[in-house]
Amino acid sequence: MSFLSVRNLSARVKGGPVLLRRVSLEVAAGEVRGLVGESGAGKSMIGKAVLGILPQSVVVTGGEIWLDGVDLLALPVAERRRRIGATAALIPQDPLTALNPSRRIGGQITDRLVDILGWERGRAERRALELLGEVQIAEPARVLRNYPHELSGGMRQRILIASAFAAEPKLIVADEPTTALDVTVQKQILKLIAGMQARHGTALLFVTHDLGVVSKVCQSLSVLYGGMVVEDATVRDFFAAPRHAYSAALLAATPKYTDPLASLTPVPDAVIAAVQAEVAAFEGNMFGGGNG
Amino acid sequence: MRDGKGAVKRRAGVRLWLSAGWLAALVLVAVFAPWIAPKDPLAQDLFLGRLPPFWETGAEPGYLLGTDSLGRDVLSRIIFGARIALGVALVAGTITCVIGAALGLMAGFLRGWVDLVISRFIDIWMAFPPVLFSILLIAVMGPGLTSIIVAIVVIDWTRFARVVRAEAMAQGAMDYVASARVAGRGRWGVMVREILPNVLPTVVVLLTLEMGIAVIVEAILSFVNLSISTDDPTWGGMISEGRAAVYQAWWVLVFPLVALFLTVLAFSQLGEGLKDRFDPVLR
Repeated sequence: MSFLSVRNLSARVKGGPVLLRRVSLEVAAGEVRGLVGESGAGKSMIGKAVLGILPQSVVVTGGEIWLDGVDLLALPVAERRRRIGATAALIPQDPLTALNPSRRIGGQITDRLVDILGWERGRAERRALELLGEVQIAEPARVLRNYPHELSGGMRQRILIASAFAAEPKLIVADEPTTALDVTVQKQILKLIAGMQARHGTALLFVTHDLGVVSKVCQSLSVLYGGMVVEDATVRDFFAAPRHAYSAALLAATPKYTDPLASLTPVPDAVIAAVQAEVAAFEGNMFGGGNG
Repeated sequence: MRDGKGAVKRRAGVRLWLSAGWLAALVLVAVFAPWIAPKDPLAQDLFLGRLPPFWETGAEPGYLLGTDSLGRDVLSRIIFGARIALGVALVAGTITCVIGAALGLMAGFLRGWVDLVISRFIDIWMAFPPVLFSILLIAVMGPGLTSIIVAIVVIDWTRFARVVRAEAMAQGAMDYVASARVAGRGRWGVMVREILPNVLPTVVVLLTLEMGIAVIVEAILSFVNLSISTDDPTWGGMISEGRAAVYQAWWVLVFPLVALFLTVLAFSQLGEGLKDRFDPVLR
């Protein structure tokens, strides 16, 4: 059975638009799954729902999230929090706001080890040192005593990665981890995440809008449009022949590094209209077809 | 740019030391008032009324800043007045800060119905005219230091609550809060361990400003005779008495006014200086 299994998950803004429409996806232990879609497709929301950090204005209206054989949504809040904390972690999008500016790096990495796993402080600190070495940070002992503003964006993202792997989670949600970085750093960070993932055998839910990144890092992917999964495929099948017209157009719209002068191909209006119609029909189904 | 930044930093340093120095001196003077004050602040001597300060002709040795209409030593009264001013500033400022900041933090971070209740409460509270409110309060509770402190707390907690609420909201939207929650910290834990340290610089600045305001409010209420008995040396009471005789004895009005002015200025500059020094993002 899959390590993470999201089944028919629906969510909406309280008194507002629908964000997720019966989303289902599976991530096997040690698997890397890409979650692709344009802005507002709901890809980040899935990650947030899994980690239990949806904004207060968003409510889950149906579905199940099975993490390591337990339905998270059926658990009481405190128990859910503990379970997520012990088995999952987040690599956030913006390294500049993802570290608490008024606390030293060391404490921010060791918190989870001490609070959730109940380690002694000394052991947690040794572990933090070891992890900073693993993400190739020079002078880890000094960095542990630094404040976030004393470090560069790339350094901070490395620290966040180290921190995500600290408690040996079984699942990491990476929410566009390279978007806020410049291109040269992006490549290093991607390599680092892929390397760490392979070494630790962690399952990874990789949220991104960059199909190029997916082809390098992931084994399978889900394409989202309007909060609905339009395609679920292995990376090999997808890049050979995408099944859905929207995915095909999205793939065609990806800029090619081999031909930088070629003009960009936008997703054709007809395809957008078609997928929007599909979403609308699906929604009709959803409300007409009861809770199935 | 570097030079410009350095210059700003140095100025902030001077500001911090000057204001902290004045306040420290004032605290010492207030604490050791009975030993420092040259005369008894309450002792009247009608034969020595309205003596000018020491550099003017007709000054009496031992009365450095002159005497008021009842022959009480102005310097000694200012020194004992510092006790009341600082005491009110400290107690009222701190209580206001704790109540206001706590409510603001909860409203800004917990959001939802907590925010709704606290915010409406603040709105309604702020619709009362503050001066009238404090006079009313003291009229009900009777004059005295306690009523002054209560009046300041009751009126000014909204100042903290509003600012801290906005700040906590901004911090609550940051990714580090999400990370901390994924790491298993509950909402109260996040609020106290993650958000609070980041709103603290703002709170400190507000607190020092509030202490300055408390000094002024105490002076105003003494001025309109709603503080403690007129016999007791308060800066506001002295200013009020000095005003009546300003053409005959200007020093009775001016010296307490200067002490009040410098103290309030020092409080506000101390806040700014501390913010520059301890805010990790500005630093």
